Amino acid sequence: MTSATTPFRWREPSILPGFGLALGITVTALSLIVLIPLAALFLKAASAGPADIWAVATSPRTLAALKLSFTAALFAALVNAVFGLILAWVLVRYDFPGRRLIDAAVDLPFALPTAVAGISLAAIYAPNGWVGSLLAPLAFKLSIPFTDLSFGFDGKVAYTPLGVMVALIFIGLPFVVRTVQPVLEELQSDVEEAAALLGASRFRTIFRVILPQVLPALLTGFVLAFARAVGEYGSVIFIAGNVPMISEIAPLLIVIRLEQFDYAGAAVVATMMLLISFALILAGNLIQARARRRFGDV
Amino acid sequence: MTRPVFRRLLRAGLVLGAFSLCFGVVAGARAQTELLNVSYDPTRELYREINAAFIAEWNGKNPDKKIATIRQSHGGSGAQARTVIDGLNADVVTLALAGDIDAVAERSKKLPLDWQKRLPHNSSPYTSTIVFLVRKGNPKAIKDWGDLVKPGVQIITPNPKTSGGARWNYLAAWAYAEKAFDKDEAKIRDYIGKLLANVPVLDTGARGATTTFTQRGIGDVFLSWENEAFLALKEFGADKFDIVVPSLSILAEPPVALVDANVDAKKTREQAQAYLEFLYTPKAQAIIARNFYRPRNPEAADSKDIANFPKVELVTIDDVFGGWKKAQPTHFSDGGTFDQLYKPAR
Amino acid sequence: MSDATLPTVSAAMPARSSGRARGESLAVQIVLIAISLAFLLLFLLLPLVTVFVEAGARGWEAYRAAITEPDALAAIRLTLLVAAIAVPFNIVVGIAAAWAIAKFEFTGKNLLISLIDLPFSVSPVISGLVFVLLFGAQGYFGPWLQAHDLKIVFALPGLILATVFVTFPFVARELIPHMQSLGSADEEAALTLGASPWRVFFSVTLPNVKWSLFYGVLLCNARAMGEFGAVAVVSGKIRGVTNTMPLHIEILYNEYMGAAAFAVASLLAGLALVTLVLKTLLEWRYGDVIAASRRH
Repeated sequence: MTSATTPFRWREPSILPGFGLALGITVTALSLIVLIPLAALFLKAASAGPADIWAVATSPRTLAALKLSFTAALFAALVNAVFGLILAWVLVRYDFPGRRLIDAAVDLPFALPTAVAGISLAAIYAPNGWVGSLLAPLAFKLSIPFTDLSFGFDGKVAYTPLGVMVALIFIGLPFVVRTVQPVLEELQSDVEEAAALLGASRFRTIFRVILPQVLPALLTGFVLAFARAVGEYGSVIFIAGNVPMISEIAPLLIVIRLEQFDYAGAAVVATMMLLISFALILAGNLIQARARRRFGDV
Repeated sequence: MTRPVFRRLLRAGLVLGAFSLCFGVVAGARAQTELLNVSYDPTRELYREINAAFIAEWNGKNPDKKIATIRQSHGGSGAQARTVIDGLNADVVTLALAGDIDAVAERSKKLPLDWQKRLPHNSSPYTSTIVFLVRKGNPKAIKDWGDLVKPGVQIITPNPKTSGGARWNYLAAWAYAEKAFDKDEAKIRDYIGKLLANVPVLDTGARGATTTFTQRGIGDVFLSWENEAFLALKEFGADKFDIVVPSLSILAEPPVALVDANVDAKKTREQAQAYLEFLYTPKAQAIIARNFYRPRNPEAADSKDIANFPKVELVTIDDVFGGWKKAQPTHFSDGGTFDQLYKPAR
Repeated sequence: MSDATLPTVSAAMPARSSGRARGESLAVQIVLIAISLAFLLLFLLLPLVTVFVEAGARGWEAYRAAITEPDALAAIRLTLLVAAIAVPFNIVVGIAAAWAIAKFEFTGKNLLISLIDLPFSVSPVISGLVFVLLFGAQGYFGPWLQAHDLKIVFALPGLILATVFVTFPFVARELIPHMQSLGSADEEAALTLGASPWRVFFSVTLPNVKWSLFYGVLLCNARAMGEFGAVAVVSGKIRGVTNTMPLHIEILYNEYMGAAAFAVASLLAGLALVTLVLKTLLEWRYGDVIAASRRH
């Protein structure tokens, strides 16, 4: 109990030791690995000068690309949150043949290099691929409210914004499953059992007892899947089509600027993405902190 | 009760880490004469053959200055130029277009600005051009550039912003339009705009675009390096695709250059210089023709290889566009003609 | 003092142990399993199958040749080396961060968590680029590095830095929500009973969070080995020298050696099997702990 003896005013006293050491390690590593390099990025972006920054930031192409990246990432993360939760539940609670193998396969999107994922997904979802050829006759009108992601589904997935979403669902899935899974695994069953004994229906138990406990982890998983999806490049470019204003993602714009040796312009787009994602992550974490206080896990 | 397990795991991890660290350091410590050739995407097969031939010849003549190996790095031409600018210590750069080596010279100052005058033929030991790859039997009857803007024709090309080859595609189309419309700027722009509207997928690199066209079955015509088109026929079967040669195309000159500051630091100037000069020798020119690039010295190559190359009217970038230094900002930089004319149909 | 005497809040119920009162009807179970399987099939298993089908397309001999070829071996060695350095680093930092964040209340905590998350939202392209901006020849420290003949980008240190950056949040991010939901009553009790801080950490905290630590390390390692975008920027892609497995795969693919490319990729996909083995091992190893906490 060394450092705990000198409590700072900005933190609540605790009898647990190691705050200074733990925070010291964290902040040092964070600064060296993350903050200083990102500061270099900001510095580079700033070197472009206000007029250029404004021109890059407000060009229709930049805005269209940012919109695509963020909306596709949002929907992919939503899909992942729903199906990831179901998947984690199934993996933790049920026993069925092949459960262990599937459990192990969940990490695949990380282990598989993004380029391989992109190539495989493009091969599967292309019009002549396994799934793509099945989807072709299924053309229908699909529109998602409040966004521009409404399109008459013409039976094509690869090389459309839908392809972007497929790739982003792929890379984001493990975040949700792996964040929810440990919490589900150690969920206190007594509350659940009590609820059941008191006559609550299974449905009610799930929504009123289990879901609130899982919610913080689910939200974390959602935010992480979303944040990761926004910046994804390697897997998306193979399946996106990369047509400006339609299926061109923001990271590709960065690459395009780099190809013109325009480091500053690339840094401007990167900084914009970073600031938006950071604001979203921060908001997510604040909501989560509030949720935790409200449901009072412990 | 659980502590020993974690301790043991921790210790095992540390030992493993230390071991692999030593291993890596040892592995990285071999010091022999190595050359590093930083090149663009489609030249992999070419330089594999060239390197083997050069090493055999050099080591035979200079037993005291043997070259152990020539390392290759491949990628998009612009990205490769950037890695050299950012400090990759390439002995030689062999890129898709002079503009990229110009950028290396300007920004890294590791080679003189007039590098292109140092070797024969604009420092390009081989040339290539842009041709059309179509599906077998040419179902859409594509004969020339004019057919590309027909409604319903889907064109595959990489993105000129990220691919050197695609820049040659774009300039070839422009050169055709300039001739066809007698330099009428409005008509040229209309033509290019219509052409771009027929492009459903813009891959970032030439190989990606080849895959989209050949494997994914997207598109009716693929604008391609001549060497890539021949290679695609070889890899995927001549029964699947046909090469169509347009009435006019562009003479693509992929240049090579010595990176002076790097070879001086690594003391490899002699070998690197010999390596580049070797590219112009009959032996190398024969290899070049075998890999579907047009040799500067056709007499040196196998006449069967030379017979592969179709006759086509070729214009140069210097004649039509006033060189890369002018073409790059006019057409491909931010707000250039590509940005102006690319209006995707939704 | 044995662990069983410590009050453990998390009565680590072994998964799937009790069916009574917490189970859904069989029909619901089957529907949920079917939904999961269909989802997995579409988005996960089909790509996996593609990898193995393509890898085996040219037969076993070609497969063996592809993964034992010198450049492939160099790439595998390099990837393992980078992961062997990046992952332990991130484990230490991740545990420290989780400890500080989950066990203490302090101002700016949400900001700190969000900053730790930041690398997730940074495009891989940028994760590599920032180190080039810092340490490249034209970068802020470039001239100094050159003067001292030090190489960071286009060499091992750059690969490690980019990998650490990309995988920075994984361990911390898995541990934090879990440790938060556990609270610190266990640790406080152990301390009150006179255990030393390190003993509290190793005997109470670590066993409590072993699953999330395990998942965190798994994800961190998988991502460290599979990272492509960031590494591509700082690698220089020199065959046999600075090529990691993902870069080697891309190179092979671009050389129309699809079967060889997918053969190497199948090795990375095989990491999932390692996961399976490790998890089974851990469950077996901790069978006694779980049993102990159940008695409780």
